Amino acid sequence: MEALKLELKENIIEQLNLEDMTIADIGDDDMLFGDGLGLDSIDALELIVMLDKNYGIKLTDPKEGRHIFESVNTMATYITENRSK
Amino acid sequence: MKNVYINSVGSVSAQKTTHATDFLTDIISYNETVIPAIDPVYKDFIPPAAARRMAKGIKMSIVASKLALEKAGLNNVDAIITGTGMGCLRDSEKFLSSIIDNDEAYLTPTPFIQSTHNTVGGQIALEIQCTGYNFTYVHGSNSFESALLDAKLQLELSEAQNILIGGVDEIGDYTILLNKTINHIKKEPVKSSEIINSQTKGAVFGEGANFFVVSNESNHASLARIEALELYNTLPIQSVAQRARQFLKANNLNTADVDALILGNNGDVEFDIYYDELASGDFKNAQQLVYKPWVGEFHTASAFGLVLAAIILKTQKAPREFQLNSIVSSHFKTILLYNQYRGENHSFTLLRQC
Amino acid sequence: MSQGIAITGMGIISAIGNNVAENYNALISEKKGISRVSKTATIHKNDIMVGEIAYTNQEIEAILNLPPENNYSRTALLGAIAAKEAIRNAGVTDIKDYKTGLISATSVGGMDMTEKYFYQYLEDKSTQKYIEGHHAGDSTQKIAEQLGIEESLVTTISTACSSAANAIMLGARLIKAGKLDRVIVGGADCMSKFTINGFKTLMILSDTYNTPFDNDRKGLNLGEAAAYLVLESDDIVRAENKTVLAYVKGYGNANDAFHQTASSENGDGATLAMEKALQIANYKPEDIDYINAHGTATGNNDLSEGRAIMRVFGENVPEFSSTKAYTGHTLAAAGAIEAVYSILALQHNVIFPNLNFKTQMAEFSITPQLTLQEKPLKTVMSNSFGFGGNCSTVIFSKEA
Repeated sequence: MEALKLELKENIIEQLNLEDMTIADIGDDDMLFGDGLGLDSIDALELIVMLDKNYGIKLTDPKEGRHIFESVNTMATYITENRSK
Repeated sequence: MKNVYINSVGSVSAQKTTHATDFLTDIISYNETVIPAIDPVYKDFIPPAAARRMAKGIKMSIVASKLALEKAGLNNVDAIITGTGMGCLRDSEKFLSSIIDNDEAYLTPTPFIQSTHNTVGGQIALEIQCTGYNFTYVHGSNSFESALLDAKLQLELSEAQNILIGGVDEIGDYTILLNKTINHIKKEPVKSSEIINSQTKGAVFGEGANFFVVSNESNHASLARIEALELYNTLPIQSVAQRARQFLKANNLNTADVDALILGNNGDVEFDIYYDELASGDFKNAQQLVYKPWVGEFHTASAFGLVLAAIILKTQKAPREFQLNSIVSSHFKTILLYNQYRGENHSFTLLRQC
Repeated sequence: MSQGIAITGMGIISAIGNNVAENYNALISEKKGISRVSKTATIHKNDIMVGEIAYTNQEIEAILNLPPENNYSRTALLGAIAAKEAIRNAGVTDIKDYKTGLISATSVGGMDMTEKYFYQYLEDKSTQKYIEGHHAGDSTQKIAEQLGIEESLVTTISTACSSAANAIMLGARLIKAGKLDRVIVGGADCMSKFTINGFKTLMILSDTYNTPFDNDRKGLNLGEAAAYLVLESDDIVRAENKTVLAYVKGYGNANDAFHQTASSENGDGATLAMEKALQIANYKPEDIDYINAHGTATGNNDLSEGRAIMRVFGENVPEFSSTKAYTGHTLAAAGAIEAVYSILALQHNVIFPNLNFKTQMAEFSITPQLTLQEKPLKTVMSNSFGFGGNCSTVIFSKEA
């Protein structure tokens, strides 16, 4: 789980071009959207592609992402439960 | 009808144009087939969170527009009108190649969004929270001129008072490769000073963002008055000189009134002949300047030509590197610009001292 | 009182017909043009539905009598067909008899050819003719050439899905200002893999027929189309005793300044655009008889637009419908397609139904017009909203 969280943080920074951030800046429970990291709806779409590409999880409705992408913790939990690769 | 003035300029180009202190004072000479624009320190203009998804074209445009707004002492404008020949080309290339390379799988939205032609105008509006009129023209070498024409129309009829207009295009590596393949870009690097006499096919390509605050109210900082503008989708070479004369006549001027002629020569032996019609004809006794050898050819390079013209009228000085002939005017009151690309989309622009 | 700009001709090609008459017949007989993808090679062909035009490129090349070495993109081909119909309809026999310009809108330009030959370009010389046809302005240059417009004002607007509405707006302003005597305005966009995949990444494509303003709407269907109007000065109309189809009475463009792709929740930009258009027309909201809505059937647009309509029209929202269930969302051409439909509505005093609607939206109580309705119409408002917060409204009227 810890390795997955680390991997997620690295991928979030890379995929979303958060150039001025490091892994240490993202806490496991930090809100990714809104007041936390300040991600927006386009980032959510980027994360949906990441779920599909890296973990074989397909979301068809962007609304499903809202809870999954709340924090690195919620993402890691969801991925662990649903991954197919 | 009201007069229309250029009240400020903001430019990101292959020359030093982002700082007032060394603006076009120390002209850089290149020896390339493609000349990238000099990157300003983007962080000084755009918050990193906003910049993270921005293509170079957008970043250059935000910087150029902020410079123009700052110099005009404005936080907002009544309208934003941009011109771009190709839009944010790198993202278009990126999205298209990933469609093909990944067989339409795992595509992400950002490069698609950025490849929409009006993304620049939209993002400037977002940055400065401008809810006014927002148009984007995408018509080859008349993209910027269309924006200028639209703005001029609104300002003359008092539909707006201050409008931000600009032209932007960025270099995309694959498009460069394609343009080399079809000889639209020169095969071999050429020194800036030798491009015009290169006698070879194709141009040296470039990129940049050149923005202006145009207004129907002048002030002490106003650089020039935009007297007239004509656009032509086609123009036979034998009509170029006649059209130029007609254009001046319609504005109660003749060829002798033109203190400087700024031409869009890019050193392409097949198409610079259009400019020769003016340079070695009616205007052979006028001071002649060219700028594309120093900033490269791109669909909206002519917006840099307008920056140059405005600066010359304001400072009464022209960079000698840009000189095409040996004639030097003692003063600059009236400047005529003529541009086209590959024999299409011609424009005449007339600027006067204000 | 502001004077409207005369519309003397129109032409169209869309998924529901190759000309104005065919489009009108499909509209009144409620015949959709939406199907699975057949003309574009895409892995998504079973996941989405689109509005395709029946003609192949070769068929249009033959109609236009183009030489085999031509480098027309499908956008240019569709545009030429529709623009030529508009000119014929306006009874223009010599395009050079008056100062005539062309303002065309497109978002894809020559992308259809570029995506086909992207890597092939480097090796296969026979494909290289399309390289310079890629940029958006090239399709417009070709349409101008087909119409015989030379040495004149020709330009291209690309503001995503509001593009053609903006072309109409600019054309009307150019006539008003006396810059042109006649101007052909409209837009063209062909289907492309690029657009299909782009909208796919935004997750706003429906896997079935699009259902504008329905509570359970699942997104849009992309469509390809082209449509043009001929706008002429009052002097031409008088001198040539022209039949006027309708007038461009009002127009407004505003920016939402909210998000790169999404519309603001309460439709701020859309509200501003409608208000500006009313102001230019010197109309009050109650003067509008029918709204041809943008109504793309995405969750975001229909909510935002519906709210904006209620902000502008209050309790008295006139009949409104989206015709995108017929044609799909034709992007940069949409404003011109719907301009033709608005003019047809005025000519025939009929409101076209909002097809595929089943369930009332939970967020508000306004309901689109669901059946074909005859009603004396004097004015029609047409909305077109696009990415980059670009919001446009054009008002068409029967009387000047």
